[in-house]
Amino acid sequence: MNEGRRQELLDDLKAQIRARELGMRPAGLLPTLPFGLADVDAALPTGGLALGAVHEVIGGGLDAAFGATATLFIGGVLARTAGPVIWAFSRRDLFAPALANVGVDPDRVIYVEAGDAKTVLLVVEEAVRHVGLAAVVGEIEGAVGLTASRRLQLAAETSGGLGLLLRRPRRLAHDMAVEPTAARTRWRVTPVLSGPALAWSPSTPGLARAQWRLELLRCRGGEPRTFEVEACDETGRLGVPADVADRSAASDATPLRAANG
Amino acid sequence: MRRVVSAYLPTWPTDRLRRTLRHSAPPTDRPFATALHDGRRRIVAAVDMAARAEGLAPGMALAHARMLVPELVVEDADPAADLAGLHRLAVWCQRLYSPLTSSDPPDGIWLDVSGATHLWGSEKTLLVDLRDRLGRAGLRARVALADTPGAAHGIARHGREPIAVVATGDSLAATRGLPVVALRLPPDVVSGLRRLGFETIADLMKVPRSNLALRFGSDLGRRLDQLSGLMFETLDPVMAPEAIMRRVPFVEPISTADAIKVGIERLVGLVRDDLDRRGLGARRLDLICERVDGEKQAVRAGMARPSRDPKHLIRLLEQQVERIDPGYGIEAMVLAVPLADPLRPEIIGSMVHREPDVRDVAALVDTLSNRLGAEKLFRAAPVESDIPDRSWRSVPPLSPPTGVSWPVDLLRPSRLLAPPEMIETTALLPDHPPAMFSWRGDRYRIGRVDGPERIFGEWWRADREVWTVRDYFAIEDELGARYWIFRTGIDNAARWFMHGLF
Repeated sequence: MNEGRRQELLDDLKAQIRARELGMRPAGLLPTLPFGLADVDAALPTGGLALGAVHEVIGGGLDAAFGATATLFIGGVLARTAGPVIWAFSRRDLFAPALANVGVDPDRVIYVEAGDAKTVLLVVEEAVRHVGLAAVVGEIEGAVGLTASRRLQLAAETSGGLGLLLRRPRRLAHDMAVEPTAARTRWRVTPVLSGPALAWSPSTPGLARAQWRLELLRCRGGEPRTFEVEACDETGRLGVPADVADRSAASDATPLRAANG
Repeated sequence: MRRVVSAYLPTWPTDRLRRTLRHSAPPTDRPFATALHDGRRRIVAAVDMAARAEGLAPGMALAHARMLVPELVVEDADPAADLAGLHRLAVWCQRLYSPLTSSDPPDGIWLDVSGATHLWGSEKTLLVDLRDRLGRAGLRARVALADTPGAAHGIARHGREPIAVVATGDSLAATRGLPVVALRLPPDVVSGLRRLGFETIADLMKVPRSNLALRFGSDLGRRLDQLSGLMFETLDPVMAPEAIMRRVPFVEPISTADAIKVGIERLVGLVRDDLDRRGLGARRLDLICERVDGEKQAVRAGMARPSRDPKHLIRLLEQQVERIDPGYGIEAMVLAVPLADPLRPEIIGSMVHREPDVRDVAALVDTLSNRLGAEKLFRAAPVESDIPDRSWRSVPPLSPPTGVSWPVDLLRPSRLLAPPEMIETTALLPDHPPAMFSWRGDRYRIGRVDGPERIFGEWWRADREVWTVRDYFAIEDELGARYWIFRTGIDNAARWFMHGLF
């Protein structure tokens, strides 16, 4: 066998392995939901948030307990899909009008109040299995577990649905960032100081569009990365902060150290 | 565990007549009674609340009653119509509440709700709904829920509360204080017991059973056992004449979940054909398992939209198989459709064209509602109110789209604290937004502020809201986290609250 043919075969095998890692289908054919930010989409092997998969989102810093920013981030993802959404939760503190701020039509979202984290997982699994939903959001307090998340991931792969788990700690010490699960990606959204003050009020500085540090903590077939982004706008789209837009792409998207992942 | 509701209609004959007479019926505050012949004289058969308040009671001579209450309206009693009406009422209750519903003549209805309460969220909501619906139909009712028909019957008639829920296992304790008449015994036995000084059921419990049996016969012991659940009392469920119903008997009693599932598939197939012929879709399915020991186990599945898709129906029923206790075996299964609606062609059509559609979600909504309870699924619809907590209401998950949303320019937090939590603040100048605050034991330095957005109390709702004003600020702490805080009162009386997180 000549060298060129051998290399070709190896490349082909590599591509096949990669395809299997990404859920049994060649990477190019995987349906995906792009963020519309070149940096973020480039970091994901499917060029966006993979559909037919489960993704985890956790809040960063003090927000971890409430996941308020993580909620808006998820809302932004939902705004870019079409069709009905199931949103399962066990703690009643979600304020539905906020989702309208990031472009989610209230008619699309069916809320499901489940008593505890276990029931939320059951609801998410049932819903993710169902074809015809745009997405399923589950607010889960405490650990998910490898088996449960694998079931969700398999259900999503079968139906082609999009599962989004908003992880909330049951106690503050619970570190959701390191718990192993079968989710395709894991994101951490942390609010950071926003841009320059607006000048409309002389006595108080005012608030500019919020800014987030968006960490891709885990990603199957990809590398952990960190992005500085502007919060979702009223259509759910993330933006590039003005001071970052001028910088070179290499400096703002530094790979995470292993300790963070 | 068995759970049985007894609805007691104390003024059933007069309430029924008022409904039958419609416009010619006497107003509700006018004393109203029915009368029948007892030998040569006419006696009062039933009275309504107004007549009872005037001191009238059944059994009184009609002439005597007329003398006491000259404005009394009297109609002829019709016990046969009362009984038939009660039966129809039971059928109506069956459609709404439980497959195992039976009339409890002369003035009550039993509903075995063992497998049906999950559709209502809690037992209490079911009872309140039942009482209110009967009330809207002009029927006075007292309702009680207990482990046995006997206990529920007694508590509905002689308990203190008009709506009573007796927790599982408490039936005996809850009925101890009831008078002996609550045991459904013939009048001569009751008066005999009274003569011997037995006032309450607790008094009877203290005496050896054999002594009572010798004096009053075996009836007394049977009633006591039915009350406590030692002896199973079978209810004979009513069946709506026009309802679709199929029964499958088994050669050998079955008891495994798999065998029950096979039975379900058989029955769904038969019922589906019936529905198909009539152009109907099922809204509610009742599966009744007849056990060899005579007990009937029922489960109910509800659908938000009419359906005759066998796969969907089988799935909904199979979810509930675990609720069925097969005991020594099930000898027959019955599947009934107490509620069905015409199935419009467009719903079948949606299976063909593949656009994601809210209708496709109906099957999922059914599955989840049957598991969690229907009120756990909802959509949030905007309400025009400035008060944040009131700016949305929940609507059923499959209700038509409202087409409206909240104003996008009013920034609202994604997590709302209910109730708002008081925070300690430090401000540089009075009337200015704070520079620092402490909340839940942590101190936050405020970097940027937006506001105030002034929200007034809705004075048309409650007096105490007339003067309430809240000044809301969206603030960002020095780390970038954003909060929604508000101030009430002014100057030194100002208090600050944390209301939400962005």
